[in-house]
Amino acid sequence: MVIIRIKGTVMIETLQKFSPAIVSHKMDLKLEAKTVNAFFGKTQALQNVSLSIEKNHVVAIIGPSGCGKSTFLRCLNRMHEVAGGTMNGTILLDGKDIHENDPVNLRRRVGMVFQKANPFPTMSIFDNVAAGLRLNGMAHNGHIAEIVERSLQQAALWNEVKDSLSKNGMSISGGQQQRLCIARALAVNPEVLLMDEPASALDPIPTAKIEELIYELKKDYTIIIVTHNMQQAARVSDETAFFYLGEIIEFDNTKKIFTAPSIKQTEDYVTGRFG
Amino acid sequence: MERHFQHELEGVKTNLIKMGSAVEENINNAVIAILERNEVIAAKVIESDKRIDTLEIEIDNAIIDMLALQQPVASDLRFIIAAQKINNDLERIGDHAVNLAESALTLQKSKKLESLLEIPQMVSATKLMLKYALDSFILLDPKMARIVLETDDQIDEWNRSMTTNVIELLKNDKQLIEPGLALIRISQNLERVADMATNIAEEVIFHIQALVVKHHAEEI
Repeated sequence: MVIIRIKGTVMIETLQKFSPAIVSHKMDLKLEAKTVNAFFGKTQALQNVSLSIEKNHVVAIIGPSGCGKSTFLRCLNRMHEVAGGTMNGTILLDGKDIHENDPVNLRRRVGMVFQKANPFPTMSIFDNVAAGLRLNGMAHNGHIAEIVERSLQQAALWNEVKDSLSKNGMSISGGQQQRLCIARALAVNPEVLLMDEPASALDPIPTAKIEELIYELKKDYTIIIVTHNMQQAARVSDETAFFYLGEIIEFDNTKKIFTAPSIKQTEDYVTGRFG
Repeated sequence: MERHFQHELEGVKTNLIKMGSAVEENINNAVIAILERNEVIAAKVIESDKRIDTLEIEIDNAIIDMLALQQPVASDLRFIIAAQKINNDLERIGDHAVNLAESALTLQKSKKLESLLEIPQMVSATKLMLKYALDSFILLDPKMARIVLETDDQIDEWNRSMTTNVIELLKNDKQLIEPGLALIRISQNLERVADMATNIAEEVIFHIQALVVKHHAEEI
């Protein structure tokens, strides 16, 4: 952002000067996608997608249904393969190719939160958060209770459930369940959080809580969020990527995308002229 | 699919164009009243300002509704921000037209001046600036808006020399104090109209090109 001061009082942001923000300064990159193509059988879902994501930034991915947003997100922790898809191109996490990494370890480092809250139905609140630790063999350190508490606090849920940790994970409200899933993802100490429409099934109050949470979490994590809600993308993200028909049309500072996008397709989409 | 919101945006633009025409007409009539010492036209300007004030409130309300209900972004957002400022500028120009008309009445009642000094050329240039600013808004033409920005300095210069010239005039004939002061007021009001036309042109550039050009921001 460019701020110009005149006579010490007037501040002006020159909108067109936002534009090269993504490439103009030295970046501490967490994730880099380089010419990624993704397929379901013969159907190509992503075409030559390249995107650089900075550490401790929130990146929003927007675009109409079927544009490849979720597919891209799932490529980042190799969940796309689990769904039977294939991909080529390179994805680097801290400069190292994710395909050279064990997928289980990768998914510990790159956690995911889904559209619909999916607590394990037979487990208590406590066990839901501890599940990842046990699955990843991280339960032996004897600090489970500590980690569960820390994770629930980070997910802004601790105060609401601290007296009912043994209750079933499904017994709490939808918004609380989603934060429980966030706590479960945080418990295994990830570096990146992928969020696929995390608030689309929630009403405005829990949605606002999730958005506040994203703002807090970016201090410690790099977050990529897929959302249909453009106001949400505008509120929570530092950068926004607009996807259309499997291609990345524009990727820039969120302020630039929502005040003066460079590409007409982006302009038409964010203003609701199409999509 | 055509957006309902598009109609609302166009409604605001149509109202601003209406307001622009009303303001331009009032400025044109006010300067006719000055140049031709015509009190009937001056009175008409003063009377018709009410219509401009009504339009200002109508446009303000429409803008508040759109901001609250549509959460505009990108070019829609820039249009609404520009429209709000242009609305304010046009209303102020309307007030300056009233001031000019009142000065025309003063001139009409006092001793006749042999010359109106720089006023005729200030009138021509200011009218043209206003016309170009409004046309650039209607036609979405940033080049036309830039011409307005370039003309403003000349108006400022004439306004400054008016003061010096009126003082010279008064040194020779004390009976000219009243019309002389009216001339200074006319000059100052024309200078403000030119400033407002410049503001409108700046907002047009912001709306179309997403560039902030006020206070020479581009050069900083």
